[in-house]
Amino acid sequence: MPDTAIAEAPARTATGGNILQVRNLEAWYGESHILHGINFDVNAGEVVTLLGRNGAGKTTTLKSIMGIIGKRTGSVKFNNQEIIRATSDRIARMGIAFCPEERGIFASLDVRENLMLPPVVREGGLPLEQIFDLFPNLKERLNSQGTKLSGGEQQMLAIARILRTGASFLMLDEPTEGLAPVIIQQIGHTIARLKKEGFTILLVEQNFRFASTVADRYYIVEHGKVIDGFANSELSANMNKLHTYLGV
Amino acid sequence: MQALYAQLLVGLINGSFYALLSLGLAVIFGMLNIINFAHGALYMMGAFVAYFLLNLGGINYWWALLLAPIIVGIFGMILERTMLQWLTGLDHLYGLLLTFGIALIVQGVFQNYFGSSGLPYAIPDQLKGGMNLGFMFLPIYRGWVVVFSLVVCLATWFLIEKTQLGAYLRAATENPTLVRAFGINVPRMITLTYGLGVGLAALAGVLSAPINQVRPLMGADLIIVVFAVVVIGGMGSIMGSIITGFALGVIEGLTKYFYPEASNTVVFVLMVLVLLVKPTGLTGRAA
Repeated sequence: MPDTAIAEAPARTATGGNILQVRNLEAWYGESHILHGINFDVNAGEVVTLLGRNGAGKTTTLKSIMGIIGKRTGSVKFNNQEIIRATSDRIARMGIAFCPEERGIFASLDVRENLMLPPVVREGGLPLEQIFDLFPNLKERLNSQGTKLSGGEQQMLAIARILRTGASFLMLDEPTEGLAPVIIQQIGHTIARLKKEGFTILLVEQNFRFASTVADRYYIVEHGKVIDGFANSELSANMNKLHTYLGV
Repeated sequence: MQALYAQLLVGLINGSFYALLSLGLAVIFGMLNIINFAHGALYMMGAFVAYFLLNLGGINYWWALLLAPIIVGIFGMILERTMLQWLTGLDHLYGLLLTFGIALIVQGVFQNYFGSSGLPYAIPDQLKGGMNLGFMFLPIYRGWVVVFSLVVCLATWFLIEKTQLGAYLRAATENPTLVRAFGINVPRMITLTYGLGVGLAALAGVLSAPINQVRPLMGADLIIVVFAVVVIGGMGSIMGSIITGFALGVIEGLTKYFYPEASNTVVFVLMVLVLLVKPTGLTGRAA
């Protein structure tokens, strides 16, 4: 990453201020009540990780923030603006970008089209040169069909395309799922560099070892609620509790 | 030999209408997942709008080529906003039944006021007459219909396959929820897509008016063949619709020359064969 890009980081977000505030967030899939009152905060410039077992409600939390769950109640404030009733396209245009667990690479689009698909919603997005600096593989595969890429490359593409948009708040849902250790390491380096660039990141992870290399703070989600939270500096003191929560 | 070329030309003209109509159906099916049975009625409306523009407003054919698709397209967008959008996520059957009902109502209203006989629509002066090509006589208007339809079909293909707007459309066909979460107003895009598909049908109606006259049932007669074309080409495939539309028109024309008794059924026989061998159509995706 060129040094000039890092020097521009403060323009994206002023570190420290509260950027996302989630209060009593409840969500339903049809008749199934999934979230039962989620509460947490994310500060600008942080990497915050939601940890929890399968089915705890982590992905649903991200989808509820993004506005792609049919029924949701409570309060989600982004930069002090209430977004609980906003449509997902409006939420995206406010500067939140979502990278789904299934990656969402479009089979009918080539890599270039996939990369250029999300519209630029505000200034401050990474230029293509910087994106290719982060993910050199993509540059070589621009004309390939999106779904012909390897799992790791698809994950890189899924992250890369939201970096162009100017969104300053990224939600990454299990970006390491099903990837080889060497690719996981590369994703970890990327997240660290994005943090240096001034992005705020809300991460959902089951891979705790990976999360511990990038996160500033953790929230533990269980049965649709946040039951605990601590900073990375308190990690060793909380290891026993964490093993119990995650069943590892 | 002259008769063969004449039938080939008739085949190409019919193929032009098949291609424009099946292209609209493919665009609508791809984006809305709706089998638009109202397409024939909207094609007929295109011809009637051209007729009204000329006889009530003195607006000529060239302006009708532009205005009729816009007017009928807006009518289509109102249909989509007020009715079709509520069918999102439901079985295809609901969309098919609703649009079939709309087609019957629209055709019924026009039949009530204009009967079943055709209303004349003159060929514009600039396109009257013909050219002797040596091997056949080519009426200029018919040549114009084939060339113009081909240009419109290729322009639509280019729009969908090669532009950023087309990338939005293709992506939204696969995963509308995610495309919307990128900041694109997908519901509005769906409405505009329906308007585009309907506009293509109306354009075909205007092109057809000087050849086939303007009749309330002109779409009903054509739409069954067009659905066979769409099934053969593959539901939702843009280039498949264009190529199959023109190809089946030509095959129909050749059948008229070589074995006229089968000319009305050849498309359906081909449809059965394609369905037996490749149920998703020659270039289509599973519905």
